[in-house]
Amino acid sequence: MDILPILSTLRRHKITATLLILQVALTCAIVCNAVFLIAQRMERMHMTSGVAEQELVRVRLASIGGTSEEKYPRDSEDVALLRQIPGVTEVASVNEVPFGNESNNTGIKTDPNQKKSALNATTYYGTHIAETLGVQLAAGRNLRSDEYVDLNVVTSALSKGDDKALPKSIVITQAVADRLWPGQNPLGKPIYFDKTPLYVVGVLKDLVRPAIWNDAYAKYSLIMPVRVADGQYLIRTVPEDRDRVLKAAVEKLKAADPNRVILKKDTMEDIRARFFQDDRAMTGLLVGVCVALLVVTALGIVGLGSFWVAQRRRQIGVRRALGATRADILRYFQTENFLLATMGIGLGMVLAYGINLFLMVHYELPRMPGFYLPIGALALWTVGQVAVLGPAMRASEVPPVVATRAA
Amino acid sequence: MFGYYLELALRSLKRNRVLTVLMVVAISVGIGASMTTMTVMYLLSGDPLPGRSSHLYYPQLDAETGKSMVRSHPADLLDYISARDLWSGHKATRQTMVAGAIVKLQPEQSSKRPMMIEALATTSDFFPMFDVPFKYGAGWRPEDEEARARVAVIDADLNRHLFGGANSVGQTIRIDGNDLRIVGVLDKWRPSPRFYSIAGGHAAADTSDFYKPPQGVMMPLPTALDAQSQFDWFNCWGDVDLKHMDAAKCEWVGLWVQLDSPAQRTAYREYLAHYDAEQRALGRFDHAPNIRMMSLMEWLDFSRVVPQDVQLQTWLAFGFLAICICNTVGLLLVKFLGRSGEIGIRRAMGASRRDIFMQCLVEAGTVGAVGGLGGLLLSWVGLWLVRQQKVAYADLATLDPGMLVLTLMLAIGASMAAGLLPAIRASRVPPALQIKVT
Repeated sequence: MDILPILSTLRRHKITATLLILQVALTCAIVCNAVFLIAQRMERMHMTSGVAEQELVRVRLASIGGTSEEKYPRDSEDVALLRQIPGVTEVASVNEVPFGNESNNTGIKTDPNQKKSALNATTYYGTHIAETLGVQLAAGRNLRSDEYVDLNVVTSALSKGDDKALPKSIVITQAVADRLWPGQNPLGKPIYFDKTPLYVVGVLKDLVRPAIWNDAYAKYSLIMPVRVADGQYLIRTVPEDRDRVLKAAVEKLKAADPNRVILKKDTMEDIRARFFQDDRAMTGLLVGVCVALLVVTALGIVGLGSFWVAQRRRQIGVRRALGATRADILRYFQTENFLLATMGIGLGMVLAYGINLFLMVHYELPRMPGFYLPIGALALWTVGQVAVLGPAMRASEVPPVVATRAA
Repeated sequence: MFGYYLELALRSLKRNRVLTVLMVVAISVGIGASMTTMTVMYLLSGDPLPGRSSHLYYPQLDAETGKSMVRSHPADLLDYISARDLWSGHKATRQTMVAGAIVKLQPEQSSKRPMMIEALATTSDFFPMFDVPFKYGAGWRPEDEEARARVAVIDADLNRHLFGGANSVGQTIRIDGNDLRIVGVLDKWRPSPRFYSIAGGHAAADTSDFYKPPQGVMMPLPTALDAQSQFDWFNCWGDVDLKHMDAAKCEWVGLWVQLDSPAQRTAYREYLAHYDAEQRALGRFDHAPNIRMMSLMEWLDFSRVVPQDVQLQTWLAFGFLAICICNTVGLLLVKFLGRSGEIGIRRAMGASRRDIFMQCLVEAGTVGAVGGLGGLLLSWVGLWLVRQQKVAYADLATLDPGMLVLTLMLAIGASMAAGLLPAIRASRVPPALQIKVT
């Protein structure tokens, strides 16, 4: 197909052609960035947690207060009660749950004389927490029950500077190990909380934090041998028993003390869904916008195409009379659209890059990888060809006899 | 003349129904999307206390000790000792401490279950300073704070839940095991954002929780300290006993001051610096001064309270509108130029360029007006969709009268702008030539 005659025709419709190019460019730029944003949110939503998400339920009571002498025995009673529920395999009284949005965080160091902490990690507390969560060990071992110390004992030991009462061991995730000691065996190495060392006894493959400010640090989690009595219980059971176990757990706890307030009762799946609900809403919105944009652009192309065809009926008739086949006419309009779309896409890519730069500066978004540009290009070419097909078909049906009629 | 142009416009629009619908739909969708997001932006980024906000200031310092590095900004909240010292200095026209807490409310009626609710521990100036409206009663008096009186103010929602909306002043509510006498019931009050308790905004990934409604219960801070309420804390260092927050090394109290004149502001800044120096001399602070005092709007700006997703959506919607306008310009252009013959004849029969131009512009404006109405309808649907979201600001998303006018103006303006270029082109169609050709 010779494109020179097409270009010379387009030169006579400069403004309309420019507008179409501009529209394609804007659509291409926004679609590229929107698809990139969608991909980012999807990646986030598929973040692994490292725990047995299908097997966990959580009950959270309002903090009952009271002294430690009252709290810990009561907590042990609650755990014992929950363990009696048929189908329950593990129970842990914990301080925080993965994706729970409320977290304890602390700075850690590999050397007590470091001025700045090496990284900020979350600290999971609770007896049997690793077994209940179902986290997998990459190396070493889980914490033993005899290593655990009550949280109030830890706090008072810290204030007195009494190192003897403090726990000695800690379990970290592979992500923490890779960051602190890249390429080395982390087992037996000390981690300092201010001046107090804890020695790594186990490394977990994966365990996500409860609250994530920066996705790069999402897996910086520690499990410390600290017993808590916060009234938050994680219960493990088989997936099909979750609802029954949750109901039974609430009943048991209420029966033990009808005055207690149940703050939360949910499954790990609920917790995850809630954590990512904003991302899900935004993804839906972005998909909607992309579809709407492509539809609007397609309709614009149909509108313009139809008018051009109507305007050029006589020329088409003349060409047909001079021997052009229907396929030639069809291909003419398809090529014309392809050329316009290509120019639009070229401009759109530059724009897409600009928008990405703007988002990087103002919204701390990462740089868009190059392969999103062809995605936008492909989308626009497809939309253009589909949209122009109708008008082009109508053009090809113009009979040669039109040429002989006075306009 | 306008009536005639309108008639011509309507006739022309009727002739190409599909094209007309296409243009109207494009404008409606573009306007609807951008108005929805702009309304949400407007509602979230506005001034929560118009007229007063420029007199409200947020003094900050950094009381954390034992750090090897001084923070780049002072802490978002104060420790209790600093907050109380500055508050009791009474150096401003009004001053109030604010601290959030989660408290257990035990209704007297056995039919209602105990529940955990958000409470605000504050001081008496809070109510006049922030212009808080009362339905019944009033705030407590300064004497009540000194006496650590067991009094409380509740909001309209809680009053409805507990007392069916009746005047409950003089009744008691049981909070964290203490009976508090109700002295006031708030009228509808929904500042956006909940500006007085904002902390951690500049580092947060999601700030939508700053748009929660005000806390259901407000009580004197000393009273809440006595009750050992479970306060929200922002940062703690050293040995922390969360049951005795008045002595705890924690940042958890916000201090707001009302300063009416520039002289007063300068004086307060000096007072703050002086206090900081004094505390260092006493050995309570151990690092270089790190103090700041922002106005309410500066503080909201610094805390980046408007959620990033909302901003992103607004940009997206305007991009969308740009494409829709581009679309409409193209369609109008082909439409007007498609009628070159007709225009040429009108020109030959004596219509001036201006006539043609005006006629085309009226046609474009008509498309815009109808598109604007459609956009209004769509933004109403859009805001309904926003209200269905599970975000703290969902209930705020309602159509604003000012925004309504703006929508229509934007729609007509946009389509006029879209019609301008095609109209100019159409008015340049020469008369004679067209007659010759056709």
